[in-house]
Amino acid sequence: MSSTAKVSLATAWLDGCSGCHMSLLDLDERLIELAQRADLVYSPIVDTKELPACVDVGILEGAVSTAADLKKARLFRERCKYLVSLGDCAVTGNVPSMRNTFPLKDVLDRAFIENVQAQPQHPITGVPALLQVVRPLHHVVPVDLFVPGCPPSADTIWYVLTELLAGRTPDPARVTHFGA
Amino acid sequence: MSRVQPPGPHKIRVVTLQIDGRDIGAREDETILEVARENDIPIPTLCYLEGLSTWGACRLCVVEIEGTTRPQSACSTCVAEGMKVITNSERLERYRRTILELLFAERNHVCSVCVSNGHCELQQLATACKMDHVRFKYRNAPYQVDPSHDLFRVDHNRCVLCTRCLRVCDEIEGAHTWDVMGRGVECLLITDLKQPWGESQSCTSCGKCVQVCPTGALTKKGTAAGEMEKHGSFLVYLTEMRGNR
Ligand code: SF4
Ligand code: SF4
Ligand code: SF4
Repeated sequence: MSSTAKVSLATAWLDGCSGCHMSLLDLDERLIELAQRADLVYSPIVDTKELPACVDVGILEGAVSTAADLKKARLFRERCKYLVSLGDCAVTGNVPSMRNTFPLKDVLDRAFIENVQAQPQHPITGVPALLQVVRPLHHVVPVDLFVPGCPPSADTIWYVLTELLAGRTPDPARVTHFGA
Repeated sequence: MSRVQPPGPHKIRVVTLQIDGRDIGAREDETILEVARENDIPIPTLCYLEGLSTWGACRLCVVEIEGTTRPQSACSTCVAEGMKVITNSERLERYRRTILELLFAERNHVCSVCVSNGHCELQQLATACKMDHVRFKYRNAPYQVDPSHDLFRVDHNRCVLCTRCLRVCDEIEGAHTWDVMGRGVECLLITDLKQPWGESQSCTSCGKCVQVCPTGALTKKGTAAGEMEKHGSFLVYLTEMRGNR
């Protein structure tokens, strides 16, 4: 990270509730300071459609539950120099992974056949296929930093970002934990 | 003519040892863990609980002792004259983290929706030992939940097999409702002869097991996520009142 150019940031959500991104927005007026020091080049909260070819810091929320999640996780790893696993879903699998104790077919049957009256059928078009097993991010690509919490608070995210922007490695255990 | 004396009470000697480079005096019948705690030297524990017998199963309290190659559990090793103990090293940290990772991977711990979230010893240990992700594959095997007791519930998905419940019920309450059944991943805490807890003839519903359980495995009914706070401090008081018997 050069000291003159702004640091580029990219974020995305995989199988999460978007709560981690809500925490990011909860930075409130600190977002202005962040915008002065970093460029948010790709995120659900900005308009860019394509992840740039080279990004300094990538932040992923959510577990890896679908073929599309897996593809996006790999793309982020390929294009981001530093990858942060943000929130319990990304770090442990958390709530999305609770389906793992059931066979996938039973889960789909329960949601789309047993409990519906009109046109019971598994969705096959327009949505990505579910993976058999939901996995945390680091089980599919190497991760550089883990920030647990459900969701990690705005203060936690601020601490992590400011440490990274200052060229230091944050120690998230000081400010957050599983379930926080 | 000298008379043969009946065996008198064994004299307990005081020994000097070093923990993390500090010279410390202690009674020879004390364990490394007890001496460390008296001297405010932190050693992580999970199955150990002051007031109950020592189990020595979780291995989180492992320490290095000079002259031995394998780490020893501080809760079950007595101090000795000249002993040199190290409570923290790169190797110990690695072992402790790995133990915690295995515990989280073995059963199902989803802290964010757990009744014990924020009040759980396992969760606190993860933070204290800097275990912030599990490298191992999660087993994702479902374990049973028994809600048959009027007041309490056991969720085996959160059980770490520390046997605190078994020991407090046997040693303090005197009911011995709990036992351990099976081996390895099949290992299960059972009530009576594996009857539903609610049908147990021996349980007095005292609630001691719930209060000493370090995780969200034993909880009061009617608690939602994060609501189960435990109060295990009665234990030291009770054992003291009974004259440490
Ligand atoms: S028992 Fe503790 S570690 Fe396990 S899910 Fe509950 S709070 Fe988390
Ligand atoms: S409630 Fe009391 S008697 Fe019943 S199992 Fe727990 S400790 Fe034993
Ligand atoms: S139920 Fe609780 S106290 Fe009993 S062995 Fe499991 S974790 Fe330990």
